[in-house]
Amino acid sequence: MSARIFKGHAGIGPRATGEALVADDNFSARYDLNRIEGVFSRPSHKLYGQNYVGKILVLNIAKGGVATAWMFHEMASRTMAPAALLLNYANPIIAQGAAFGGIPLVDRFDGDITKLIHTGDHVTVDPATGEIRVS
Amino acid sequence: MKLSDREQAMLAGDLGAARQRAIEQQIQVGRFFDAEDFVAVAQAHIMADTESLGEAGVDFLEDLAAQEKTDNQVCIPTITDPRGADFNQFERINHDPAYVALEQRADKAFRALGILMTDTCINYQTILPPVRGEHLAMGDTGVVIYCNSVFAARTNYEGGPAALAAALTGRTPRYGFHLDQNRVGSRLFHTEYQPKDWSQWGALGGFIGRQMGSYYEVPVLTGITDPPSSDDLKHFGAAMASFGSTALFHMVGVTPEAPDLETAFAGRVPAAHSITSKDLDRFFASYAMADDGLDVVVFAAPQLSLFELDRLAGLLENQQIHDEVSLVIATSPENKRAAERLGLDDKIVASGAVLLEGVCFYQMHARELGEANGWTRLMTNSAKLVNIIGGYGYEPVLAPMERCIASAVAGRIVP
Repeated sequence: MSARIFKGHAGIGPRATGEALVADDNFSARYDLNRIEGVFSRPSHKLYGQNYVGKILVLNIAKGGVATAWMFHEMASRTMAPAALLLNYANPIIAQGAAFGGIPLVDRFDGDITKLIHTGDHVTVDPATGEIRVS
Repeated sequence: MKLSDREQAMLAGDLGAARQRAIEQQIQVGRFFDAEDFVAVAQAHIMADTESLGEAGVDFLEDLAAQEKTDNQVCIPTITDPRGADFNQFERINHDPAYVALEQRADKAFRALGILMTDTCINYQTILPPVRGEHLAMGDTGVVIYCNSVFAARTNYEGGPAALAAALTGRTPRYGFHLDQNRVGSRLFHTEYQPKDWSQWGALGGFIGRQMGSYYEVPVLTGITDPPSSDDLKHFGAAMASFGSTALFHMVGVTPEAPDLETAFAGRVPAAHSITSKDLDRFFASYAMADDGLDVVVFAAPQLSLFELDRLAGLLENQQIHDEVSLVIATSPENKRAAERLGLDDKIVASGAVLLEGVCFYQMHARELGEANGWTRLMTNSAKLVNIIGGYGYEPVLAPMERCIASAVAGRIVP
């Protein structure tokens, strides 16, 4: 099967490759995650109970508080971070956290990224160009 | 991004490694949001509790604190959001001393950078309110939405490392709510429902926040008949920001950038979405429980103003909290001192309540606190808190302050 390519706005952080974990839901590291165990912990989240460590996490928009800006750095220090984050719309906190923590981040795609990529897809993210390759 | 001579010098490392790293990070964020240049900011406000920082974040701050004074001092007035431990009262709530020790390390490192440890998320009520048009780097969503909306100051959400970067460089990338075009209303809500207390103001804010599709959406509200108080708008804005990642609202006839609908929308007024009491009933119902079990009642998120503490002291006077329920309150250090001086603290504490300072409930390892104290069922008048605390393993109930107090006294959720 040939690779599919999606284009977002130029992002932040280094290139990354991994398996996609996708939901049509939103994201806040403080509100949604048990960061010690590396799983979604908010019962109402569509990825509740799922492990995100090392995954290319694909969600709709950034929600909630400011804590995520520190949390990516802390999660990365324990190698308990996602491999990259793809959102339809990031907010400043996610961008600041990605810049500080070195987590690849791309947003603003030509379609709804939560529909274009499926859980289990093998994905390569190039933040410098905003290009996402699904193979 | 266009850089001034001073910004170029910072980027080249001429002003030290700390400012170089700070402006490098700011340029990444600026490019991400297509900022053309930087804007000077008058204040920075840093969210940096140790639950978010972790050991890695504290190590980072200590490395920064160990650098030469010429390199690491903040260059604009810089204050802090609530911290992760009350150093004087942590034992009252069985807070793990290991977390408190980590918090003390962070506190010491921040002081070494020239940062004023205000430890508050109500700095707009207690420290220095901004003025219209002033550019800021505010680091708490509730502070951002209040400063943007109620004062018509200009700030984006600046997470801890970003607010610290702004403190070191004295500027922030000019994007988002620093720009006129992003401050125009995008959604119109008309409320037939009139909030009567802080839980209802929070619920209304939360209801609107839930419907926001991105950070750049600016809701405009009409229909409020009586001018709200600062505390009303504090709960309204904090909940909207928490549920919606929203940084600015306009309330027509109330907030300064919305003298009328046409101005709020720069002429293009969309159709209004009506909010009725049924919507708010459903909102409250989503934070109700099938049984009346109760473990802890919390007043926090945002920290309480002096007027809220006064109200609470009046309700708690000559009351005793039930043995099997805890009542935890969080305010700022300034308001704690004032409450002591004015005799409010005595009335609150005599009931068995714990009045913490410089912290917020969800910013001090709420999961571990819950486990240490056996707290699962939580009752509060803060819509912001009910939104956050579910992720920490709690079952939150939203109710007015009076009902929360009556329940804390009864030892069960009372109708």
